[in-house]
Amino acid sequence: MKIRSPLFNSTTGWLLLLALAIAFPFLAGNDYHLTVMSTAYIYAVATIGLNLITGYTGQYNLAHSGFMAVGAYTVGILTVDHQVPFWIAFFLAGVFAAILGFFVGIVSLRLKTHFFSIFTLCVGYIMYLVIEKWESLTHGTVGIIGIPAPPDVAGIDFTSPRPQYYLVLFFLVASLWIMHRIVRSLLGRTFMAIRNGDDLAQALGINLMRNKLLAFMLSVFFAGLAGALYAGFVRFIGPGVASVEHTFDMTMYMLVGGIGTLLGPLLGAIGVPWLTQYLQVLQDYRFVVFGPLLVILVIFLPYGIVGTYMNRKRRKEALAAQAAAPAAPRNVTPISGAKGATHA
Amino acid sequence: MELFLQQVLNGLTLGGVYSLVALGLTLVYGILHVPNFAHGAFYMAGAYSAFFIMTKLGLNYWWGMLGAAVVVALISVLSERLVFHPLRKAPYLHHMIASIGILLFLEAGAQAIWGADFHRMDTPYTQLLEFGGLTLPAQRLLIIVAAFLLVGLLQLFLKKTVTGATIVAMAQNREGAALVGIDATRVAMMTFAIAGALAGMAAVLYAPINLVYTSMGNLVITKAFVIIVLGGMGSVPGAIVGGLIIGFAEAFGAFYISTDYKDIIAFALLVLILSVRPQGLFAKGAH
Repeated sequence: MKIRSPLFNSTTGWLLLLALAIAFPFLAGNDYHLTVMSTAYIYAVATIGLNLITGYTGQYNLAHSGFMAVGAYTVGILTVDHQVPFWIAFFLAGVFAAILGFFVGIVSLRLKTHFFSIFTLCVGYIMYLVIEKWESLTHGTVGIIGIPAPPDVAGIDFTSPRPQYYLVLFFLVASLWIMHRIVRSLLGRTFMAIRNGDDLAQALGINLMRNKLLAFMLSVFFAGLAGALYAGFVRFIGPGVASVEHTFDMTMYMLVGGIGTLLGPLLGAIGVPWLTQYLQVLQDYRFVVFGPLLVILVIFLPYGIVGTYMNRKRRKEALAAQAAAPAAPRNVTPISGAKGATHA
Repeated sequence: MELFLQQVLNGLTLGGVYSLVALGLTLVYGILHVPNFAHGAFYMAGAYSAFFIMTKLGLNYWWGMLGAAVVVALISVLSERLVFHPLRKAPYLHHMIASIGILLFLEAGAQAIWGADFHRMDTPYTQLLEFGGLTLPAQRLLIIVAAFLLVGLLQLFLKKTVTGATIVAMAQNREGAALVGIDATRVAMMTFAIAGALAGMAAVLYAPINLVYTSMGNLVITKAFVIIVLGGMGSVPGAIVGGLIIGFAEAFGAFYISTDYKDIIAFALLVLILSVRPQGLFAKGAH
């Protein structure tokens, strides 16, 4: 049963976005805009990962930025202290985050709902404190300085902002494509079944632990990838990368755009930083505005921009279908962020 | 032996503060089943209100504590009315995100008003007390005495008064409480007020030892979560015992293992215990 909105799901819409993204460096006034956009893309990759475990599978992981830091530090430590070639370290970052995710997952995913969140909050704190205190490995509060820029690939030099932008864009597009494939596959349906009710999912013969663990590992793989991109792009990392505030930021991106949709987290992750750019005054105090915004969204617009749009469109279609065939059963209900509705 | 007793006193101090914060958290959880992430920001708001009352209004420490209790109780009740009440039928994820929204707002608000600097809070109790080789700063003694007094008063209130009994009743069974005519809205507001007041007073007790800054609540609230998960979410005795366990674990851990890693101890303990017993230390049945 395909009940997706044609606009957001159609190839044309996505291709239009891609064309805009490719054209962006030529439209942007200066390198600063490119940097802002590239950073937004990096966080978008991480947010896409968080959306898989939280939006699609219904488990709110508060250690997500910790895993991003694991990816970033893998690249930092391997390239700076052990002279490992960048691309090998880059590849290992995602893998290492996923391996760590396996061990965190087998313990934490036995817990449900907010117990899982509280547990991962603590795991995130442990990650942060270990990074801060284990000076011989992580350089402590000083951080890792002088991470090399991504070396040339096929003659493309990644030291200037424009190629860097395209590099980050490449990984963002790849992440979105992989996520699209996951979400539309049986695996994605399985994750959503778990989100909508794990007892029911179990009754359908879904192995809860195995699927949740898979979703968790995939999710933190994206966090690790984003961390590796961050390390190669910013080229300096400190323990702050792991702080839970970044997870809160990503939560906001996800929620503004639309939790449990493909486009939503992307929209939020790009839109919110740009909004903050224009509210320069608010840089440090942005949460004076965004904190209440988060509350208002959750109360009045819990499905975000994309989710609300899709719900409205679906309701219209359902009404139209009902008018056309009054006897047809109404099997279309609005999607829900976490529980008790149809698959998104 | 003296060093050992010194750690016992440190453990009691930390445990007292943690218990007060965890009690508020567990009461709110018992009533609404909301893990209130903003509780740490309430704690922070308490310290700043007292700081404001003492420095700008020039009143003494005890007025500061009273003011903090009142201000934080108000913030707490307001957040229940404006945020948690409208969300009472929403999925659990929405509560958590909304409480994070309150947390971020209060932290940014405090930073906008008072800046990111660390402030020192004065206390009238700066003398050192000597008990046969043991030295104890008066403020620490005050924390221990006040914390146990407040915990005792709360227990009396919950057990011996009808109003307190309504809170217990609602925590035990929401529908049952509504059936016998308990006003759910009133109980929820009262619970939030008590939780806020406890957090505010805990902050004012602990702030003279530990400075006042915007993120001061973060570690405390995370530890309070550890405590109530260990002690059983919603359990009052669990919060008290859990608070003392974490307080002692930290005091002894800092002394015998490493001060650098003392903040990890609580979290490591949680990870360890939940790995072996996913249902928590004292909780009955699975979560």
